[in-house]
Amino acid sequence: MEKVLNIDIRQEQLKAQEEIKSQGLRVLVCAGTGCVANGSLEIIEKFKELGADVSIMTDYDKLTVVPTGCHGFCEQGVLVNIPDMHVTYVKVHLEDVEEIYESHIKNGQPVERLLYTDPATHQKVVKDEDINFYAKQTRTALANCGHINAECIDEAIAVRGYEALANVIAQGNPDAVIDEIEKSGLRGRGGGGFPTGRKWRFTAANRGGKSYVVCNGDEGDPGAFMDRSVMEGDPHKLLEGIAIAAYAIGADEAYIYVRAEYPLAITRLRKAIKDAEERNYLGKNIMGSDFSLDIHIKEGAGAFVCGEETALIASIEGERGMPRPKPPFPANKGLFGRPTLINNVETLANVPVILLKGADWFASMGTETSKGTKTFALTGEVNNTGLIEVPMGTTLREIIFDIGGGVRNGKKFKAVQIGGPSGGCLTEEHLDIPMDYDNLIKAGAMVGSGGLVVMAEDTCIVEVARFFMNFTQHESCGKCVPCREGTKNMLKILEKIVAGKGEMSDIDLLEDLAVAVKDGSLCGLGKTAPNPVLSTLKYFKDEYIAHIKDKKCPAGVCAAMKKIVIQESLCKGCTKCARTCPVGAISGTVKQPHVIDQSKCIKCEACLSNCPFRAIVLE
Amino acid sequence: MSVKNPHKIDTAKLDSIIEAYGSKKSNLIAILQKVQEEYRYLPEDALIYIGTKMEGLSPATVYGVATFYAQFSLDPKGKYEIKVCDGTACHVRGSMPVLNAIKAKLDLKDGQMTSEDGLFSLVIVSCLGACGLAPVCVINDKVYPKMTSDAIKVIIDTLMDGER
Repeated sequence: MEKVLNIDIRQEQLKAQEEIKSQGLRVLVCAGTGCVANGSLEIIEKFKELGADVSIMTDYDKLTVVPTGCHGFCEQGVLVNIPDMHVTYVKVHLEDVEEIYESHIKNGQPVERLLYTDPATHQKVVKDEDINFYAKQTRTALANCGHINAECIDEAIAVRGYEALANVIAQGNPDAVIDEIEKSGLRGRGGGGFPTGRKWRFTAANRGGKSYVVCNGDEGDPGAFMDRSVMEGDPHKLLEGIAIAAYAIGADEAYIYVRAEYPLAITRLRKAIKDAEERNYLGKNIMGSDFSLDIHIKEGAGAFVCGEETALIASIEGERGMPRPKPPFPANKGLFGRPTLINNVETLANVPVILLKGADWFASMGTETSKGTKTFALTGEVNNTGLIEVPMGTTLREIIFDIGGGVRNGKKFKAVQIGGPSGGCLTEEHLDIPMDYDNLIKAGAMVGSGGLVVMAEDTCIVEVARFFMNFTQHESCGKCVPCREGTKNMLKILEKIVAGKGEMSDIDLLEDLAVAVKDGSLCGLGKTAPNPVLSTLKYFKDEYIAHIKDKKCPAGVCAAMKKIVIQESLCKGCTKCARTCPVGAISGTVKQPHVIDQSKCIKCEACLSNCPFRAIVLE
Repeated sequence: MSVKNPHKIDTAKLDSIIEAYGSKKSNLIAILQKVQEEYRYLPEDALIYIGTKMEGLSPATVYGVATFYAQFSLDPKGKYEIKVCDGTACHVRGSMPVLNAIKAKLDLKDGQMTSEDGLFSLVIVSCLGACGLAPVCVINDKVYPKMTSDAIKVIIDTLMDGER
């Protein structure tokens, strides 16, 4: 029998929707970290100022400016979206606001110069639903990001926020919730890909005593920012997901562990928790039931390894964030020694919508083994950088070329790094494989948290491998010797190769060390640290060999292998280069060809850009 | 912990911070964050005091935690903290030239992270999650998008002028 709650969520929804309707013309301005950096707060103020003069507007009696979370299209910020006019303006500056207001809002004339230009066709795109970047996405976890005011609980309620939680509490059957999540096929979005329903069931087996839910918001992978966007753009969805998880496993206390690098996410989550507690959607006896939940926020302090669940637990407990062996698994013995469910932000953000639309709906998207949608942070040498969400099984080609608009500046695609420092580099030949957990592992990479860094022909693969090894070496907590010492030595070898001092035996040594680090490490950091090296060795061995044997960097990146020379036939002896050179490496007499002393040259390229006759070239 | 700290530690202030968060061990990181906010670094005496004041902790444990996390600094930081993001996206789009420009501008020698005048300190961070704006710098919580070596020099100049 359904329990009667003291909150009628559908009634609240209608009320919130009416309230939004009464706001007149809604102008959505992105107030995510990226757009704020580009000045969106000033733009919001300007719109408010102009909007005060409402008498002249034809179809609407007033205008409401809504600061939203991240729209995802960070490359084109500041983004201004007017849903009722089906328009999204890009790269908006403060001085453009008046024109948008006068021309479009008041007189119905779109401001063409501020519309998005398709990088392939060079055409302006008038209707926002025609922008390829958005048109080819399927948004579930990010569904509301960019469409609602993240700091207003009523806006979350209007788009069915807390409805799934109300249903779950009214039905009063925690096991049915776990069944539904299991049936949906949802797998952990933080990297591991462990089936979420099964994790809930393991933890729920210990119902009865004190237990905890921990939300992992320690998004440490460089090049990934989906969790930040959810926390900033739709915090109530995350809170609802946590509450449902807590209800299912019988917990009454939860922690959200957020990176200290995300101050805006922390502020918005704090406000969201307070607002939800005031409405009794969280806190004591939620909606009049006997279910209570306290949610705390823990700020991280800058340690990548804390993304590993046992290290994260240690950090919440106030210790050095070092992992410990499993078992015991956190499901049995986790935070403060009690059974603990740890899920990542994106995983939990998928929970409410699965319960609203049903497990079958969710499972209808994706591939055989990986269901639903996945967010990816698309960055690097790609035209449309930003945050996207697509069904599992979408190919890299669709993501990079259709949504991402191809490689920047017409350069040639070389590789894409997937899954951050734990993942691998994939190449042209992988562009058409359906991306899911298992296919990527087979190809030598992993979904990881979903960072996709596109590299063009002028990116040096060996340097990228060195970059990742530098990162993992720095972040190794030092507990396991093979990880601590192995990553250090792998880094040394890579530095040697990049500096043009590599030997052929170094490649075998790198491979040996990679195996030792993988096998000898306790946690995910060490087990996956060698992946970037292994995958680049597999697909770009010729580049390593070029660095070692020919002392050449094919991409022309590695400074040690660059040689700057003056072409005798073109040099007029103007002496400009000799005067520009900061280290006095260039000599010659007036009106005679000059020469560069290679032993003194620091390869700063200052002479290169200064030569009026283009006589200086990079070899 | 050989560094002598120039600050005289106000134990009453530390007490009020510990009291505000609670003296349980699980609050240690939050307490250290607050102390660092007050002093712009973690003075040695403060660590010792916290280690003796809080339940079940020793100065050695507190030192262990303070040195584990990248956010904590045992040396005084500059008035302006310049964070240079060297995450993958920023790295690929050229964060290294920006970093080198800052080092040159502030005349930082190898390993030196705070300028001689104590105004600026430099931190290299892995990812600020603003990858769409790469390369990114953050100075005291203000985000500067799409940096170049020239742009960052202008920004530092402006801050320097403001201090004169």
